Amino acid sequence: MAANGSPKPEPMAAKKASPDLLNSSFSFKSLKLKTKQQELLLRVSILGLVYVLAFIARLFSVLRYESMIHEFDPYFNYRTTLFLTEKGFYEFWNWFDSESWYPLGRIIGGTLYPGLMVTAALIYWTLRFLRFFVHIREVCVLTAPFFASNTTLVAYFFGKEIWDTGAGLVAAALIAICPGYISRSVAGSYDNEAVAIFALLLTFYLFVKAVKTGSLSWALGSAFGYFYMVSAWGGYVFIINLVPLYVLVLLITGRYSMRLYVAYNCMYILGMLLAMQIRFVGFQHVQSGEHMAAMGVFLLMQVFYFLDWVKHQLNDTKLFQTFLRITVTSAILVGGIALGVGTASGYISPWTGRFYSLLDPTYAKDHIPIIASVSEHQPTAWSSFMFDYHILLFLFPAGLYFCFKRLSDATIFIVMYGLTSLYFAGVMVRLILVATPAVCLISAIAVSATVKNLTSLLRTKQKVPQTGSAKGVGSSKSSSKVTLDQSQPFHKNGAIALLVGVFYLLSRYAIHCTWVTSEAYSSPSIVLAARGAHGNRIIFDDYREAYYWLRQNTPTDAKVMSWWDYGYQITAMGNRTVIVDNNTWNNTHIATVGRAMSSYEDEAYDIMRSLDVNYVLVVFGGVTGYSSDDINKFLWMVRIGGGVYPVIKEPDYLVNGEFRVDKGASPKMLNCLMYKLCYYRFGELVTEYGKPTGYDRARGVEIGNKDIKLEHLEEAYTTSNWIVRIYRVKPPTNRL
Amino acid sequence: MVKSTSKDAQDLFRSLHSAYSATPTNLKIIDMYVVFAVFTALIQVAYMALVGSFPFNSFLSGVLSCVGTAVLAVCLRIQVNKENKEFKCKTIVTNLGGIVAMFVIAV
Repeated sequence: MAANGSPKPEPMAAKKASPDLLNSSFSFKSLKLKTKQQELLLRVSILGLVYVLAFIARLFSVLRYESMIHEFDPYFNYRTTLFLTEKGFYEFWNWFDSESWYPLGRIIGGTLYPGLMVTAALIYWTLRFLRFFVHIREVCVLTAPFFASNTTLVAYFFGKEIWDTGAGLVAAALIAICPGYISRSVAGSYDNEAVAIFALLLTFYLFVKAVKTGSLSWALGSAFGYFYMVSAWGGYVFIINLVPLYVLVLLITGRYSMRLYVAYNCMYILGMLLAMQIRFVGFQHVQSGEHMAAMGVFLLMQVFYFLDWVKHQLNDTKLFQTFLRITVTSAILVGGIALGVGTASGYISPWTGRFYSLLDPTYAKDHIPIIASVSEHQPTAWSSFMFDYHILLFLFPAGLYFCFKRLSDATIFIVMYGLTSLYFAGVMVRLILVATPAVCLISAIAVSATVKNLTSLLRTKQKVPQTGSAKGVGSSKSSSKVTLDQSQPFHKNGAIALLVGVFYLLSRYAIHCTWVTSEAYSSPSIVLAARGAHGNRIIFDDYREAYYWLRQNTPTDAKVMSWWDYGYQITAMGNRTVIVDNNTWNNTHIATVGRAMSSYEDEAYDIMRSLDVNYVLVVFGGVTGYSSDDINKFLWMVRIGGGVYPVIKEPDYLVNGEFRVDKGASPKMLNCLMYKLCYYRFGELVTEYGKPTGYDRARGVEIGNKDIKLEHLEEAYTTSNWIVRIYRVKPPTNRL
Repeated sequence: MVKSTSKDAQDLFRSLHSAYSATPTNLKIIDMYVVFAVFTALIQVAYMALVGSFPFNSFLSGVLSCVGTAVLAVCLRIQVNKENKEFKCKTIVTNLGGIVAMFVIAV
C-alpha cells in the first residue's frame, strides 16, 4: 500500500520491529523478504481470507436446517440441472416439457438462460472426474457461495484497475459480506443471479481493461464475458445499454481514442454474435428496441473513426470543417430515417413491459398486473437501502468525490455504473443486487483514499525528525511540512482519532452484515421456523410433506391446479403435471386459474373439468399465523383473472373497499372456491386459547362462513399444521 | 453557394487522394481487405432485399461476420500503424507477430 509513497519508512519500521520478531519462531527477517514480497504476501493472504469469508458467511441455512434448495425459482433451475446431468446437453437444449402449463407445455430449451445450469453441471462433472461422487443437489446448493467468492476476486482486480491495490482489497472485503449481494447468493439460493453478478463484474472489468490498454485480447475476453452474462441472466440488457452509454459519455467529453474504438467494436460485434447462440435471446440484438442503443453507438463510433482518420489525412482545418458538416448531417439523417422506419414498421420491437416499467414505474400497475404483483418488483424503501448497504450509503458519495478528483476512463465508467444502477435500484427492490458491486467499489475508493491520507499523515510525523526527504510522500504535503511542525501534535492525534473512527465504522459494518445474513436472508422459505411457548424451535416442514404426499399417493398422470407460485416446487418435488407455474409466460392461462379460484364452486368445477384438473392445492396460514398464504394473495388472483375475464370484478369481493373474511365479508367472497377450500372444516378447529372456533390467526378474525359443504371436490390431504391443503376433483356424477 | 461547395468538395477530394497515396503499402492492403469485407456484406444485404430473409440466422451470420472481420481488420490496422503513438506502450503484445496472432484468433 506504500506503492507510491517512498519506500524508506518501511525498512525502518521493519528494522524496529525485528528485534521482537527474531525471538519468535517465525520471523520475516529470517526469511529475508523484501518489501515488495512482504506486500505481496500480505495481499495474497488478505485475498485468501476474504475468499473463504465470502463462502462461509453464506452457509447459515445449511448449518441450521439442511442442505436444500430454497424458495421457488431455484427448484426449476434444480430440475433442469438434474435433467441436464441425466440426459446430456443435446436433450437439454431441445427439451419440450409437457409436465408444466398443461395442456400447453413449455419449450424449456428455448425459454431459459442456460448459464447457471451448464456451470453447475460442469462443476458436477469435474468433481466426478476427480472421483468426488457428490449429489448434484449439493453442487447446486453451494454454487452461489462459490461464485460469490470468485466475485470478490474480480472485485479486487477491478478495484486495482480503477484506483490501486488498496482499494481493490477493500472492495473485495466489502463485497464479500455486503447484504445486498448475500440476499440473492446464500447457499441454497440456486438462482440465475448467483453466477450473473460474477459474469457482470467480469465483463465490466475486462471491458475497462480493454479500454485502458486497447489490446484485442482484453476486448476478446470481455466479449466472452458478455456471452457468459447473456447465457446466465436476463439482466444482460443492463450491460448492453450501460456500455454504449459509457462510450457515448466518453465521446461527448472528448475522450475518443483508438483504444476505445478497438475495445468497443470488438466487444460489440463478437459479443452480439455469441449472444445470438442462446435461443432465448435469439435475434433480439438486431430487432429489439432495448438493444438499439448499442447499435447506434457502434455506427457513431465508425463515423468518429472515419472523421478522425480524414482529419489526420488532411492536415487542413478549413477543408475538414466542410467535410465535417457534410458527413455529420448525412449521418444523422440516415440514422434518424433508419430508426424511424424500423420503429414505425414494427420491425424494431418497442421496449418490453418488464424493462419499460423500469423507465416508467407506474406502467406495470396500470397495464400488467402480473408484473406489479411480484413483491420483488416494488419500488425500494429507504429502510431497504439502509438494511442492505449500511455505511456504504454515505461512503458512496464520498467515493464519488474521489472519483471526480481523479477522472480517467476507468473512473468515469465506475461512476456511470454506480449512478445508473442506483437509479434502477430505487425503482425496483430486486435491482439492489445489480447496484451492489458498484456501491462496494466506490465506497472502497473512499475508504482506501481516506485511510491512505490519514496513515501518510501519521507517517509524515515520523519522517520529520529524520532529514526531510525531497521525494514525494503519498499525501503530497511535503511542501507544507515546515508549517505543520507547529501543529504537529494536533494533526497526529486527529489522524489517529479518525483512523480509530474508520475502523470502528468498518467493524460495525461487519457486525451488521453478519446479523442481517443470519436473521433475514438465510431462511429457506420452504421450511418455516418459529419459537414455541418454551423458547424451543418448531420447524414447519408442511410444504415438503404435501409435495411428497402428492408424489407417493397420486397417479403419475395427475394434474394439479394451484396458484402459480408453487408450480416449480410441485413439478420438482411432487413430480406431477401442473397447470401454471412461476414462469408466468401465459397470462391468459394464469387468469383462467385465477378465475377458477374466485368463482363459485359450480363455475369453477366447469373450468377445472375443461383443464383436466385432478387435484387442487391451496396454501393456508390460518392455523399457524403464516401470512404468505393464498387468502392474502387472493386479491391478486381476482385482479389478474379480472384483467382477462371481465366477469370477475374486484369490488364484488370487497366490503367498502376493504378485504374481509369474517361475518361482514361480501357473499361472493364467502362462497368462492378459494375461501371454501381454505376454510373447509376450519370452523370446528380451536386455534388459540380463549378464542372461538374458526379463529383465523393470520388475519386475526373469526371466519364468516363456518359451515362449508363441498359438492364437486373432496379433501385429499391436509398437512400437519394445515398449511397445505390438497383436494381431489370428483368425476361428474352418473346420470341416473 | 453551390459553386463554392462543389469547389470545396473537389479540393477535399484532391487533398484526400494525395494524402492517402502517402500511406505505406501494408496498411493499404488492410484497407483493401476492409473494403472487400464491407462490399461482401452489402451484396448479402442486397440479396436479402431481393429474395427475402429466410433463413434469418444465415443472413445475420453472413452479414455480421463480414462486418466483424472488417472491424477487426481496422483494429489490426490501428495497432500496426506506426503513427499511433499511444499503442507503443499500452498493448500487451507489442510485436507485430503478436498483434497478427490476436487478429487471427479474434476472427
